[in-house]
Amino acid sequence: MSDVIDRPAAKAQFKVVGTRPVRPDGADKVTGKAAYGADLMLPGMLTGKIKRSPHAHARIIAIDTKKARALAGVKAVITAADFPDLASEEMAGGESAANVRDIALNCMARNAALYEGHAVAAVAATSASIADEALALIEVTYEVLPHVIDVEAAMAPGAPLLHADIFTKGVEPAPTTPSNIAHRHDLTRGDVNAGFAEADAIAEGRYTTAAVHQGYIEPHACVATFGADGQCQVWSASQGHFAVRTLCAKILGLDTSDIRVTPAEIGGGFGGKTTVYLEPLALALSRQCGAPVRMVMARDEVFRATGPTSGAVIEVKLGARRDGTITAGQIVLKYQAGAFPGSPVHPGVMTALACYDIPNFTITGYDVVTNSPKVTAYRAPGAPISAFGVESAVDDLALKLGMDPIALREKNAVRDGMKAAYGPTFRNIGYVETLEAIRDHPHYQAPLGPNQGRGVAVGFWFNIGGDSTAAVQITDDGAAVVATGNPDIGGSRASMAMMAAEVLGLPIEKVRPIVADTASIGYSMLTGGSRTTFATGMAVTQAAQQIVTDLKRRAAQIWEVAVDQVEWLDGAAVCRDPAKGELTLAALAAKSGETGGPIGAQVSLNAQGAGPGFGAHICDVEVDPETGGVTILRYTAAQDVGRAIHPAYVEGQVQGGVAQGIGWALNEEYIFDTDGKMENAGFLDYRVPVASDLPMIDTILVEVANPRHPFGAKGVGEVPIVPPLGAVANAVRAAIGVRMTDLPLSPPKIRAAIDGR
Amino acid sequence: MSDVDYLAPTSADAAAKALAAGGAAARALAGGTDLLVQLKSGRLKGGLIVDLKHIPGAIGVREEDGAFVIGAATPGATIGEHAGLVRAWPGVVEATHLIGSTQVQGRASMAGNLCNASPAADSVPALIAARATCVIVGPSGRRTVAAEDIPVSPGRTSLKPGEFVLEIRLPARAARSADAYLRSIPRTEMDIAVVGAAVNLTLDSGGTIIEARVALGAVGPTVLIADDAAAAIIGSRLDAAALERLDAAARGACRPISDKRGTAEFRTKIAGVLARRAAAIAYGRARAKGEN
Ligand SMILES: Cc1cc2nc3c(=O)[nH]c(=O)nc-3n(C[C@H](O)[C@H](O)[C@H](O)COP(=O)(O)OP(=O)(O)OC[C@H]3O[C@@H](n4cnc5c(N)ncnc54)[C@H](O)[C@@H]3O)c2cc1C
Repeated sequence: MSDVIDRPAAKAQFKVVGTRPVRPDGADKVTGKAAYGADLMLPGMLTGKIKRSPHAHARIIAIDTKKARALAGVKAVITAADFPDLASEEMAGGESAANVRDIALNCMARNAALYEGHAVAAVAATSASIADEALALIEVTYEVLPHVIDVEAAMAPGAPLLHADIFTKGVEPAPTTPSNIAHRHDLTRGDVNAGFAEADAIAEGRYTTAAVHQGYIEPHACVATFGADGQCQVWSASQGHFAVRTLCAKILGLDTSDIRVTPAEIGGGFGGKTTVYLEPLALALSRQCGAPVRMVMARDEVFRATGPTSGAVIEVKLGARRDGTITAGQIVLKYQAGAFPGSPVHPGVMTALACYDIPNFTITGYDVVTNSPKVTAYRAPGAPISAFGVESAVDDLALKLGMDPIALREKNAVRDGMKAAYGPTFRNIGYVETLEAIRDHPHYQAPLGPNQGRGVAVGFWFNIGGDSTAAVQITDDGAAVVATGNPDIGGSRASMAMMAAEVLGLPIEKVRPIVADTASIGYSMLTGGSRTTFATGMAVTQAAQQIVTDLKRRAAQIWEVAVDQVEWLDGAAVCRDPAKGELTLAALAAKSGETGGPIGAQVSLNAQGAGPGFGAHICDVEVDPETGGVTILRYTAAQDVGRAIHPAYVEGQVQGGVAQGIGWALNEEYIFDTDGKMENAGFLDYRVPVASDLPMIDTILVEVANPRHPFGAKGVGEVPIVPPLGAVANAVRAAIGVRMTDLPLSPPKIRAAIDGR
Repeated sequence: MSDVDYLAPTSADAAAKALAAGGAAARALAGGTDLLVQLKSGRLKGGLIVDLKHIPGAIGVREEDGAFVIGAATPGATIGEHAGLVRAWPGVVEATHLIGSTQVQGRASMAGNLCNASPAADSVPALIAARATCVIVGPSGRRTVAAEDIPVSPGRTSLKPGEFVLEIRLPARAARSADAYLRSIPRTEMDIAVVGAAVNLTLDSGGTIIEARVALGAVGPTVLIADDAAAAIIGSRLDAAALERLDAAARGACRPISDKRGTAEFRTKIAGVLARRAAAIAYGRARAKGEN
């Protein structure tokens, strides 16, 4: 079941926006025709493969590639020596800054292997089995070093150091000795001690989460070819081909203009495809041998060397008055960054209390390097982790106060005009409306049976705007083609086409959207931060509006009337003078040669005014007290989505986020052995939920329009993964009467908790 | 995947000869759902693959005087289509059906499950509880052994070079007999048993258990036969006290390891739970047969 709760300011004004047409990329996907990253074949193409460190931490003493080079069929062998040794350089990314030097060193280790699976060399050969043989012939001499993966162990004095040049940033005075703590972030308001002194009840907890992977089904894959004149092409599945272009240029020391990147269809990213792993290697291999090189990761490489997001420790203390007013909050977040700085602890800090209006708080976050794969963005990076701690503590607070958990959240909810914990003032937010939506939903009152429990949790995500380009072209038969620079990871092609169709007055089938390559469309920031429907949608809308203006001018010219005599209605120019009749888009397209040439417009913009998103979820579970197994019985997610351009795909985003959040809560985790090697690098023992693990996830789309977007859209893809960790844990607490603080809530932990009751 | 040679002999003797000639690098192939995965992952290196599926009788189920003969390469899906087998051995069939997904069921065989020699194999506790036997063909002829005598340790069997399982036999049933199998996995599907428990029992006309066999998976290096657990319920009508005794005896039989899939302590507790629950299901089935 799904509901759409709309604000009175009608949607009837729209003909296409808000409807549910079939997605334009759907038929190719379900018939197997869609071309993903691994599907391109070029003449003479070679297979590239990577040699990876078997050690979690080791100095690389020497790499001998002679035997591998001598093997028949081997055409290229590369190591870090084939790449420039870059200086440290921060560059703006999608949602977080990235250091180009770190990305380069993550693609190919130079002097040290910092995690098991870290690339140390690569080969290109005429077959996969020759490539495998060549990898075995590469001799790497390591000096194995002590490793550290646990975040608190990595912070402790005397821990094995990953980098000699990390001196904790954000601390005054700057430390003089290096450590694994790359960055400390502080956010404070008011006086916490005074706030706790006012409190009648205090809830406190220490919570942990395991590192989890984005779990996209398509492994990383690319084809690259390096031309004899230095012009290169890359085909790959990523969330941003412009970012791939920039990173490849920097990592290889090439001119950006010499690289053309074509986006392949993408089989899931969830933030994990916002950086590069294979593309620079494939280009370097191709440069060495002149032939195109294809590289495709195996699943275990995906787990060992890409993704994941941080494992973390979250300490939360909240105080409230008897009436439920939260007076103080104190939070400490410690996030694993993996081998290089850059965990999502900063957004974790900023979002931790974003749903709450609290006068006094301190939030401290630590970004900690560890001997595990460098973390990558994962859907609302950092927010689910801090929310897990906060939502668990808020639940305990409600229990202590004897208050309904939704009522407690309503009492302390942020509203329009309030200053967010992270700084700005909220405008046009729909948070209270989502709380009301779950409070009033039949689910919240439905009876529960024995061993069953219900949990509630909320979540927040910023959503962003940024640089986007869109081009709309009118075809000679009066249809439209919409090109953008944003890979479609969540149904955005459908939304782009719908917004253009709405403005042009065309039926949706007459608007065909594509994702254009880096040479065919203007720069666009990557698809991430829930920005595409908002920012790129704005560019599409403006381009379509420019075309309508131009079409009116053309019609006026044909009719020999003033432009203000022409209106654009349902895909046709209509003249105030009824004798003139109307000119359809097809008629105007047919005459475009006489009215100024081809019809089209391209808009590049920097979209401002992204509306933040809020979600409120209810989860019912049943716990088998003997096996410790948790069954998710029912799940309802309400979210402020601004305006659902394509409601079915918005619901899909909400359901997908919830499904991933449930996996994070119940079973997903990186398991390392005592040598720091991952023990479960496959979908058998890295347990994402299977279809039969989940009930239908009911959604409630709350539409509090964002006035800064032409149709009121807000980002929707990330918010829904924020509440589930807390919602599931709170439901389990209600079912078994024990607060579970360590994710995942796998059966052995639950059974042990029940036995200890 | 490294290079392999492939043979598809059309008689049991030719298969035995081929396997013997291939030596240590030769492998029998039934559904391939273990073998091909292991080859692809590099856990097994290339060699000779001898496909058993073209041997007459290798695929199919037939009834012989109340006993059932199951060809070694019969996929799970086919096993579930034999109504007589499903009626007589619901536990063996449900255990086999837990293997993998619909796609895997189209290929995976019980003999492959047994000869892969994983202590967590789902059909194996049920086969052992059922007193299944295997007809083995080898260079020096045929022999019949109990199912429990084939796996000897994780990944190793008692089969000699050139030997393979031709068929699995399930004995004829006494009236009021039934079996059941349960496993514990963190998800609902597509997972490896953290613990498995099979119970096979026979009732007298008054509902008293006169014969029972309990086998436990994933709590030892091979599937364990828990004789004490069977003894705990024989002579009872599976009242609460008998179930408690069964639970304790099943736990007492466990010799598990702790690994990424579960701690030894957890596995032991769950073995008791599942033995109890499987016994209750088997008992209910046996009683229902008595009423028909
Ligand atoms: C996605 C997936 C899910 C799975 N889920 C489960 C599960 O839930 N439970 C479970 O128990 N298993 C599971 N498995 C493992 C596997 O499917 C089973 O073990 C299956 O029963 C193996 O049968 P097969 O016919 O495919 O064997 P094969 O792969 O053909 O053979 C397995 C081994 O036995 C040997 N062998 C095969 N037949 C004979 C014979 N007649 N005589 C002598 N040796 C023989 C082979 O040489 C090989 O060593 C899963 C596998 C996959 C790929």
